[in-house]
Amino acid sequence: MNRRTVLAMVTGALLLSACTGTGGSSQGAEAKAADDPSKVSGTITVLTHRTDLVQDGTMAKYATEFNKTYPKVKVEFDAITDYEGEVKIRMNTENYGDVLMIPAVIEKKDYPKFFASLGTQAERSKKYRFTDYTTVDGKVYGQSPLGAVPGFIYNKKVWQEAGITDWPTTPAGFLDDLKAIKSKTDAIPYYTNFKDMWPLTQWTDVNGSVSCDEQATTRLAEGDPWADGADLRTADTLLYDIVREGLVEKDPTTTNWEASKPRIAKGEIATMWLGSWAVIQMQGAAKQAGADPDDIGFMPFPAQKNGTFCAVAKPDYNQAVNIHSEHKEAARAWIDWFTDKSGYAADNLALSPLKEAPLPDVLKPYEEQGVKILDLDDALGAEVKSIDNQSEIGIYKPDYRQDLVDLARGATKGSLDDFLNGLGEKWTETQKSLGS
Amino acid sequence: MTDTTTEKAAATAPTGAVGAAPEPAPAPRTARLRRGATPWLFLLAPLALLLTFTYAPIANMVAYSFTDWDGVSPELHYTGAENYAELFTRSDLFEVFWVSGYYLAASVFQIVAALYFATILSFNVRFRNFFKGVLFFPYLINGVAIGMVFLYFFQDGGTLDAVLGLFGVETDRAWLGTPESANTSLAAVSVWRYLGLNFVLFLGAIQSIPGELYEAAELDGAGRWHQFRYIIAPGIKPVLSLTVILSISGSLSVFEIPYIMTGGATGTETFVIQTVKLAFQFNKTGLASAAAVVLLLIVLAVTWVQRRLVPDDKVDLA
Repeated sequence: MNRRTVLAMVTGALLLSACTGTGGSSQGAEAKAADDPSKVSGTITVLTHRTDLVQDGTMAKYATEFNKTYPKVKVEFDAITDYEGEVKIRMNTENYGDVLMIPAVIEKKDYPKFFASLGTQAERSKKYRFTDYTTVDGKVYGQSPLGAVPGFIYNKKVWQEAGITDWPTTPAGFLDDLKAIKSKTDAIPYYTNFKDMWPLTQWTDVNGSVSCDEQATTRLAEGDPWADGADLRTADTLLYDIVREGLVEKDPTTTNWEASKPRIAKGEIATMWLGSWAVIQMQGAAKQAGADPDDIGFMPFPAQKNGTFCAVAKPDYNQAVNIHSEHKEAARAWIDWFTDKSGYAADNLALSPLKEAPLPDVLKPYEEQGVKILDLDDALGAEVKSIDNQSEIGIYKPDYRQDLVDLARGATKGSLDDFLNGLGEKWTETQKSLGS
Repeated sequence: MTDTTTEKAAATAPTGAVGAAPEPAPAPRTARLRRGATPWLFLLAPLALLLTFTYAPIANMVAYSFTDWDGVSPELHYTGAENYAELFTRSDLFEVFWVSGYYLAASVFQIVAALYFATILSFNVRFRNFFKGVLFFPYLINGVAIGMVFLYFFQDGGTLDAVLGLFGVETDRAWLGTPESANTSLAAVSVWRYLGLNFVLFLGAIQSIPGELYEAAELDGAGRWHQFRYIIAPGIKPVLSLTVILSISGSLSVFEIPYIMTGGATGTETFVIQTVKLAFQFNKTGLASAAAVVLLLIVLAVTWVQRRLVPDDKVDLA
């Protein structure tokens, strides 16, 4: 062996060992709430995905409000456009802000390594929604500042024009309504947002609405999500039928999310499956396009259990305290204030994370129609995620639904039953191999 | 359909020339030491950059390919060759290479077209500099921008439909609607983008052929075709074979255009898109690293085979 090869090998070995080293972790720290707000001090950095709110100064206004209670804390915002991608990489270091939204990619079991605990679930769940989404071993690691309810955004005027007055109560009824819209109006009955992908993933949020079961997530972890009559099968079948019947836009491969907002506001599109969070955006688009914001309606998934609709409350990003933060008290103060007192949820017409808070205006029709709002038990949420990743099905990713839409419009060959049963098989096999 | 890895290779090129300098009469020890160290001092900066930004990440990737790392977790376990075993036992992971076939076919067309234009524009043609610019321009545009532009181009009622409509053709088809149509459309975009690069490489090679050769050929009564066949074609052979290698490796690792335009939907998923999805959607960074290593090996193997089949012998036109 000559000198050069030896040198190359040594360099290689050094690089290998140097690059894959992992930092030590300080597990189990707690971010306690301070007793006296005037004594909390320090500069904290808040990582946020809401680049729009940082740019238009809304976040700065919240910070000013916050300083009235906590005068010695200086809040700085770090708005990140590609939030998931960037924060994931930053979390390989210790430098990922003091307060941050927990990226979806972080596994629940790793929460104690990355974040400081906010308290026990037993105590926090009395006051807050969504605690079990971030609970590990009885301790809560994050809190969502707002919640959303998935549902169909629809243009009331178009639906009325087609002669529909009541919300459909079955998938078949929903299809009939879309057909009526197609024949009686010029609107596209349903817009898939196929190209932008993430709107398709929202269909997974149907889970729970059909069975009206708070244990819907548990059943994903333990059963076959595409078994006959299961929530996801019902949802996927409805989407398939909508596309199959030609009730969607002509060319799904070139859809445009931003352009879809004014189009639904103006009544060129009748319906989209999104969530209550989208109402404010559509209303904004309506104002800009000179249409009536009140035309934007919101309805639950067309399925009833014992005569009532059910809708699921979903958290947004959960805010958490960096375990390496030097100002954990200040960080905790921000989260508490932002969740309880900022009015952030109300400003976004969203569901409040506080259990006692009234429903937002957007959901008033739900109250009138007696729609039941469910808080899903997320104790096995981590298991569902790992089955999902391991099987590469991706119920929270767009791929399999894009395949479903391709199948429905005949771009690929095959039957719906084979497709869904194949997914179910893959899912249950992975379940077994993971031993859950 | 090509890559820009050539510049990295260029960075190391001077090494051989400097090291081969003949030693003069024995000098005092310090002087000798200094003379020995000088070339290395010059090389320090490029080598440091090369190691940090090319070899270190590759070494890193190879290391990850033997683990079950998910991309974020502070914990990772050594799993041996498990990722590679999974990769080679799951045929679905390799099926995506069929998509590369579209790009391979497109690159044949691309090379022929580039050669044609380069030959024509190497002769004295009116507005030749203008046409050179027109052909090379797409290569200067950022890949993401191209993806966005062509999304509008292929849209229902978009630019393509409008232009066809001017000629009275009403196709009314979704260009990205079926796997065949989508892949063909995407490959066409790729040709549009990379034609200019191939063209410039060919043009440069053609222009390095001494002009007397053409004059001599003309005196001997050779026409344009004979000039191409006996002077230009053998003269640019090394560049041609380089282009073929770049095209093949480019076709195997297509990414930007399909990722931005379709995200891999409707049967347009390439091996690299699949790798990215494994790493960043399903958090299988270990498996994805293994896939990337395998792709690297495949490209190296293809290059090797190609070099064996078409040896790069010295061309002597004189």
